[in-house]
Amino acid sequence: MTEFPTQPSLQAEPPAPHAGQAGEADRPLLEVRDLVKHYPVRTATLFGAWGLIRAVDGVSFDIARGETLGLVGESGCGKTTTGRCILQLEQPTSGQVHYDGQSLTQIEEMALRKIRRRMQVIFQDPYSSLNPRMTIGQIIGEPLKVHRILPSQGARAQRVAELLNFVGLLPVHGNRYPHELSGGQRQRVGIARALALEPNFIVCDEPVSALDVSIQAQIINLLEELQESFGLTYLFIAHDLSVVRHISDRIAVMYLGKVVELADRQELYENPLHPYTKALLSAVPIPDPLVEAKRESIVLKGEVPSPLNPPSGCAFHPRCPIAISECQGVVPDLREIRPGHWVACIRV
Amino acid sequence: MVLGLLTVAVLADVLANDKPYYMRYRGKDYFPIFRGYLVKLGVGKWPPEILNVDYRDLGAERALFPPVPYRSDGVDLAAPFADPSLDHWLGTDKLGRDVMAGIIHGSRVSLSIGFVSVGISLVIGIVLGALAGFFGSWVDLVISRLFELMLAIPTFFLLITIAAVLPPSIFLTMTIIGLTSWVGIARFTRNEFLMIRNLDYVTAAIALGVSNRKIMFRHILPNALAPVMVSVVLGIAAAILVESSLSFLGIGVPADLVTWGSILNEARSNTFAWWLAVFPGVAIFVTVLAYYLVGEGLRDALDPRLRGSQG
Repeated sequence: MTEFPTQPSLQAEPPAPHAGQAGEADRPLLEVRDLVKHYPVRTATLFGAWGLIRAVDGVSFDIARGETLGLVGESGCGKTTTGRCILQLEQPTSGQVHYDGQSLTQIEEMALRKIRRRMQVIFQDPYSSLNPRMTIGQIIGEPLKVHRILPSQGARAQRVAELLNFVGLLPVHGNRYPHELSGGQRQRVGIARALALEPNFIVCDEPVSALDVSIQAQIINLLEELQESFGLTYLFIAHDLSVVRHISDRIAVMYLGKVVELADRQELYENPLHPYTKALLSAVPIPDPLVEAKRESIVLKGEVPSPLNPPSGCAFHPRCPIAISECQGVVPDLREIRPGHWVACIRV
Repeated sequence: MVLGLLTVAVLADVLANDKPYYMRYRGKDYFPIFRGYLVKLGVGKWPPEILNVDYRDLGAERALFPPVPYRSDGVDLAAPFADPSLDHWLGTDKLGRDVMAGIIHGSRVSLSIGFVSVGISLVIGIVLGALAGFFGSWVDLVISRLFELMLAIPTFFLLITIAAVLPPSIFLTMTIIGLTSWVGIARFTRNEFLMIRNLDYVTAAIALGVSNRKIMFRHILPNALAPVMVSVVLGIAAAILVESSLSFLGIGVPADLVTWGSILNEARSNTFAWWLAVFPGVAIFVTVLAYYLVGEGLRDALDPRLRGSQG
């Protein structure tokens, strides 16, 4: 089922793509190794054959404590699936996820439920992420009740008010229903719910993509403030490089289920190596007309190929401006070109 | 509307009864209707002077009768097939039983059949639909095949067959209608669960470590209920129709029990007595219509989004 090229270089060497800052003593909070998620799908014809959607195809990275890893890529490149597999909301087809040294992929149901307190998720769509029949107070208070952290109603109400305060809402909002709030307010509720269990790690799954630009900045700032006050670690998923730039320490770029480049924020923006990253960066407008006019813009040809039938060799080669014939045959490994800068391209 | 019907059903004894509310007879006061309840409960006894008497012919000094002073099964052989008149508002049938009283008491049968049988199918339907929709994969496969199996059983003919074998009983009829008509509710529930299960707030609940049972009942079910409720109310209407059809055929409920269907049945063999067909027909029509309207109202009332826009 999982007959695909593995990445021996990553499996063999323990110090996988990782920020240089942390000492050897403390392990990264989250280690993802060769994560694979394939979805079997039936083709549209009657008695159609089963195909495989390779949503995530061998992704590895580490996230250090207190760090924010940005995960960018086009729609459908497997960013969200990666996030969901890490949280065990989807069963990965293969691969390993270690949280604080504990393997999440081979864990008992009860132990998993316990460890869920430590890792939470914030969703993209603030409309579908809140149960329309529960008040805000019930939504935020539910995790406290379920995990029997605050079984008494009074203490819970107090904690809910406190959480609402953290995210910039008022205690009165606790009695409202989700439809009575604006998109930005609802997103704040989603954040408060994620904070209720005092997690260390939060997957932010495009938390601002559905919001107005003015609200986006507020939410990003809120997330940064919360990170500082609670020492949170983020996996920040986005399709927008400018949003990620602001909040991330390191950035991973995904293309068709694979990480193609991973580097420190500064390094990635100033010195992108992978042709796909270069193309993405050139699409970000620069608010200076002189610079904007001078720089070359790379427009990619064609569409993103279907993950049902990815191109041979390097998945990016049909659209790559610097592709050579070899690219069709070789699946490029993620190599450390410079300290902390990993690229999957044979032309670099 | 439905509340009105419920009131009629509950108060059937008071609205249509051959006993007066109050009467003064040979210098003594009586409350025969209420005394009747006490006797049924075994608390009281009929005074011998009014035991098994015809109150209308008693010649009491003063008496206050219900608006329809007949029992549904009060046979009056002197007045078979009476036209609608002031005496018998909706006429009488071939045994001289008052049609108005029959319709009023028949509402009890119709409504209880509707509620009990749909209650049974609601429980089965929601549980199976929820399991199928929530767990998916092979659970869904097995339960969905069960749906198809149930759909292939013709309820009506099953009822006729069972009614032919077993003694007619209203309870049996309710149970069979309930046990065979849950597929619609189950399918609605399953579809809603399938859809809602993939919404982010359910994913959030999983991520928060909420148990499956809580997710099903607290997060999904309340949001799935509105469309299910509509099918429930339609189910009540359908059950009433099935019962009426059965009584019309003269099976399902005991022959001495007057129901809307059994009055209609008499119209079949006595075509000149139009009132036997029209009035119970109107009663069925109005009831079924009322349930449809209730379905609509319920859907609006259950949805906090609509509640908000009105307030």
